[in-house]
Amino acid sequence: MERSFIAKNPSVLVFLAILSLFTIAVTVLSEGFGIGVISTSFVKTLGKTLCLCLIAVAMDLVWGFTGILSLGHFAFFGLGGYMIGMWLMYERTRLIVVESLSRADIPPTPSEVVDAIGTQIFGVVGSSDFPLIWAFADSLVLQLVLVVLVPGLLALVFGWLAFRSRVTGVYLSILTQAMTLALALYLFQNDSGLRGNNGLSGLQNLPGVTASQDVVSIWFLWASALALGLGYILAAWIVSGKFGLVIRGIRDNEARVRFLGYSVEVYKLAVFTLTACIAAIAGALYYPQAGIINPEEIAPIASIYLAVWVAIGGRGRLYGAVIGAAVVSLLSTWFTGGQAPDISLGFYTIKWVDWWQVLLGVSFVLVTLFAPQGIGGLFDLWANRRHPDRHGTNLGPDDSSLREKEALE
Amino acid sequence: MLRLFLASLAILCACLTANAQETGLQPILQAHQDIIAKSSRKTIGPAIDAIAASDLPQAQVMLETWAAKDMWMRKSDGLFFAGKKAEGRSYELIDFDTGEVVGTYQKSDLKQLKPNSGIRAMIGTALVTFQLTDPNRDKRLAALQSIQRDPEAALLAPLRASIDGEPDAALKAQKQRLERLLSIGFDEDTTARVAAITDMSGDLGVDVRAALNPLVVTTRQVAVELPGNANIAAILKPGSEALTRDAAYDLLVANELAAPRVSADDIRAALAANIEGGRVGDVPVAQLDSDAKRVQAYSVLAEAGTVPAFITPADVDAALGAHVFFEVFSEPSAEVTAAAEKALERIELKVGLNQTLDLSLDAISLASIYFLAAIGLAITFGVMGVINMAHGEFIMMGAYTGYVVQQFIPDHTLSIIVAIPMAFAVTFAMGVAMERLVIRWLYARPLETLLATFGISIALQQLAKNIFGTQARPLTAPGWLDGAWVLNDVVSISYIRIAIFVLAMIFLGLFLYIMKRTRLGLEMRAVTQNPRMAGSMGINPGRVNMLTFGLGSGIAGIAGVAIGLFAKVTSDLGSDYIVQSFMTVVVGGVGNIWGALAGAGMIGGLQKGIEWMNPSNTLAAQTYMIVFIIIFIQFRPRGIIALKGRAAGD
Repeated sequence: MERSFIAKNPSVLVFLAILSLFTIAVTVLSEGFGIGVISTSFVKTLGKTLCLCLIAVAMDLVWGFTGILSLGHFAFFGLGGYMIGMWLMYERTRLIVVESLSRADIPPTPSEVVDAIGTQIFGVVGSSDFPLIWAFADSLVLQLVLVVLVPGLLALVFGWLAFRSRVTGVYLSILTQAMTLALALYLFQNDSGLRGNNGLSGLQNLPGVTASQDVVSIWFLWASALALGLGYILAAWIVSGKFGLVIRGIRDNEARVRFLGYSVEVYKLAVFTLTACIAAIAGALYYPQAGIINPEEIAPIASIYLAVWVAIGGRGRLYGAVIGAAVVSLLSTWFTGGQAPDISLGFYTIKWVDWWQVLLGVSFVLVTLFAPQGIGGLFDLWANRRHPDRHGTNLGPDDSSLREKEALE
Repeated sequence: MLRLFLASLAILCACLTANAQETGLQPILQAHQDIIAKSSRKTIGPAIDAIAASDLPQAQVMLETWAAKDMWMRKSDGLFFAGKKAEGRSYELIDFDTGEVVGTYQKSDLKQLKPNSGIRAMIGTALVTFQLTDPNRDKRLAALQSIQRDPEAALLAPLRASIDGEPDAALKAQKQRLERLLSIGFDEDTTARVAAITDMSGDLGVDVRAALNPLVVTTRQVAVELPGNANIAAILKPGSEALTRDAAYDLLVANELAAPRVSADDIRAALAANIEGGRVGDVPVAQLDSDAKRVQAYSVLAEAGTVPAFITPADVDAALGAHVFFEVFSEPSAEVTAAAEKALERIELKVGLNQTLDLSLDAISLASIYFLAAIGLAITFGVMGVINMAHGEFIMMGAYTGYVVQQFIPDHTLSIIVAIPMAFAVTFAMGVAMERLVIRWLYARPLETLLATFGISIALQQLAKNIFGTQARPLTAPGWLDGAWVLNDVVSISYIRIAIFVLAMIFLGLFLYIMKRTRLGLEMRAVTQNPRMAGSMGINPGRVNMLTFGLGSGIAGIAGVAIGLFAKVTSDLGSDYIVQSFMTVVVGGVGNIWGALAGAGMIGGLQKGIEWMNPSNTLAAQTYMIVFIIIFIQFRPRGIIALKGRAAGD
């Protein structure tokens, strides 16, 4: 008899339990619903961290399981944020404009309202007309569809172009990085229609919601936790089935899988597009909590940090990605926020604001060199699971194919 | 005997001066005493003309004194003198004609002449006439430049007169050129102007276009009938592409030949002004939130006569039909405008060709920058297959090395000469260390090399920030690299870019020499193709890899010095180039230096080409370029120059 999905993946249940416990604990301790031990801004940080964990799960799926080192997933994340940000900004501005116009002698016509919204939003880039891409900004439903559709389509087209010409390995990484750079540069322009380097702002205010930020931050925490839980289950389900075996096969030896008759391109494209959509949803939940989005967020460096998180957490295991994203991004906030105590060496004081990046870079190199399993590898020690010692022989005929140690997950 | 002669000469001179005094400047000044004393821009003209026309040498001194507000009038007799401040509140007066001191007077007995800026400009024009024939070359040059800045009809005659007497050949040529330009604008004879235009029609100078362009300036006009005497450029038909119906009607409104249309804002304002008891023209105010209702309410008001009526399309048709629209040259002579248009057309073509040349030079220079940044990568990535994301940081380290060297060696030329080997040494050492400590262990795992070197890259960037701060550091080029090689007014290229091009070519040669002619190059190629076989031939692959990586890194350091000369040296310097560098290598074809060259040429040319089409927007140019590259990779996944056979294996 087939064992059930949960029985095959006990770790999913553990993860969901921890996630629910965490969410309940934060809710109880929050200012909005509980005893007020955790400040609202920290609740937001935690909520944002959950979104980052979700995109890390997506990254793990595409890199850790399929072997595509995409340096472009933060572009999809940002695009998702832009799509939801357009509605938030449009609707909030509309409410303000309607409010102010209602005080005039004559009630405004619909076109006057739209013009006034345009002037409000685009005045900062010296324009007042709505570009074509804002055509659906007045509808929450359509804009929510676009959150998934736009990044998904971009991933589909880009992935189709890249995979069908058999661009693999580091070339693909560089190509995705170039795509991210192109997108960021495009958005930096004032006439891109998304307010250039000003980006979209004021996203933390939900239009029509009178509840305070204390409450709204908890709502978003719940939404992020729910999205992370669902995303995790989806990812776990994908990698546990036949599909998961094929994509792992692609990671370990693409040519062999192709010769076995699988359409490698379709599998890769499916994973790439799906993870892009997950990343976009994570972004759509992240930026209302951050309050502002600008092209700086999409810069290639962000996507590389994403790879860093997943690598430190442990590739090829979903909980590793979540741990990596949570630990590294929270540590980053702690160190760069100036909260970490300075270390005095007598002749020089190490200020963590300045030295955190150096520490991160070096520890990243060390993890890559000495602990390819990342933090997640510690669980193997705990579970007393050992890799068979085959002296690290090659799995495949070439040097470039993965060694036993890495391919095992 | 000689003394006697000199004495008589002195007497003769004195007599001559005395003679000049009678017919000198003072009588002219006295003739215009009123208007000079009044100092009004409108009336001063004849006085300045008379002074300039006197052709007296002292007139120049007098005009200069006047412009400097040092001319005084003696109140007792109204005579003008140059004043020089003496003790207290008294002034020493000097006669213009004789140059002798007349005496010292109290300020209360004198009146200072203070010409305003308008008058000083007129005095300046009059002075140019004198300066054009001044014995001092610098003054003549200054006068020419002043004419160039501010050409005027009055200057044409003195300029022409001064050409023949000009001893300096270069100045003479300049004067002749300026005379042609002034003739275009100001000669009274139309044939002479046309001749001048034809003479200059092959010239690329900006000044020629500046002289010709005002001649073909047109203004758009409207009238009931076409005026017979105007120099008409074109007759416009409303509704055509050149003149839309809206624009035509607006022109009529602007000329008060038709009533203005009622805009949405007008309607709104009119309605707001005519609210009566919550209704406007029988429509409740609350219903006025659509255009149809507003128009309805407004029509009621218009019928009542409270507001101006709507302009119907029929009104517009009638108004447009009743008038003729045309463009008029501000220059009255048709022959001149025709010649000018023809000349401008010829110049435009020539300018276009030269701009293409200029653009190609720009593209080559950009390509050589990319090539320089990428050549190190062509070794580490192209030959060894190692992805080094810290390559940009090696460029940055090279630039900072140059900066540090300049702190110790103030002479810029010497410091650059020292900085180049220093930068090579620093980055070579860094590259060797990195290869030994990190990359060596990851040869079998290319993706992880990418990540590990990226970790090094962020650590190095932050270290640079901690050491040098976030502000840009200057790396000053030696003086002989300042300036530009100017071919004409359109084509020019700065020396620093030429130097970078030369440097890129030197590196190309160096690379080829090392790879093809040295033992190290041979071993490098052997190790790259088959490390085990090379090892069994007695080559130490570890050592060769280390040296190869060091070489690539060292070249990146030198590139950093060159890039630092024209870009700001900041900790982000490298990351600005890293993606382009990888693109260059990937597009060109991995493992082939000619590929990198072709890739750099293509990317540089493309970027400049796109910038030319959309000049205001370099961001867009980069975006489109990257998109183009992504598409290009579709068709040639292995780059422009792809390796074939076994060497091309993954």
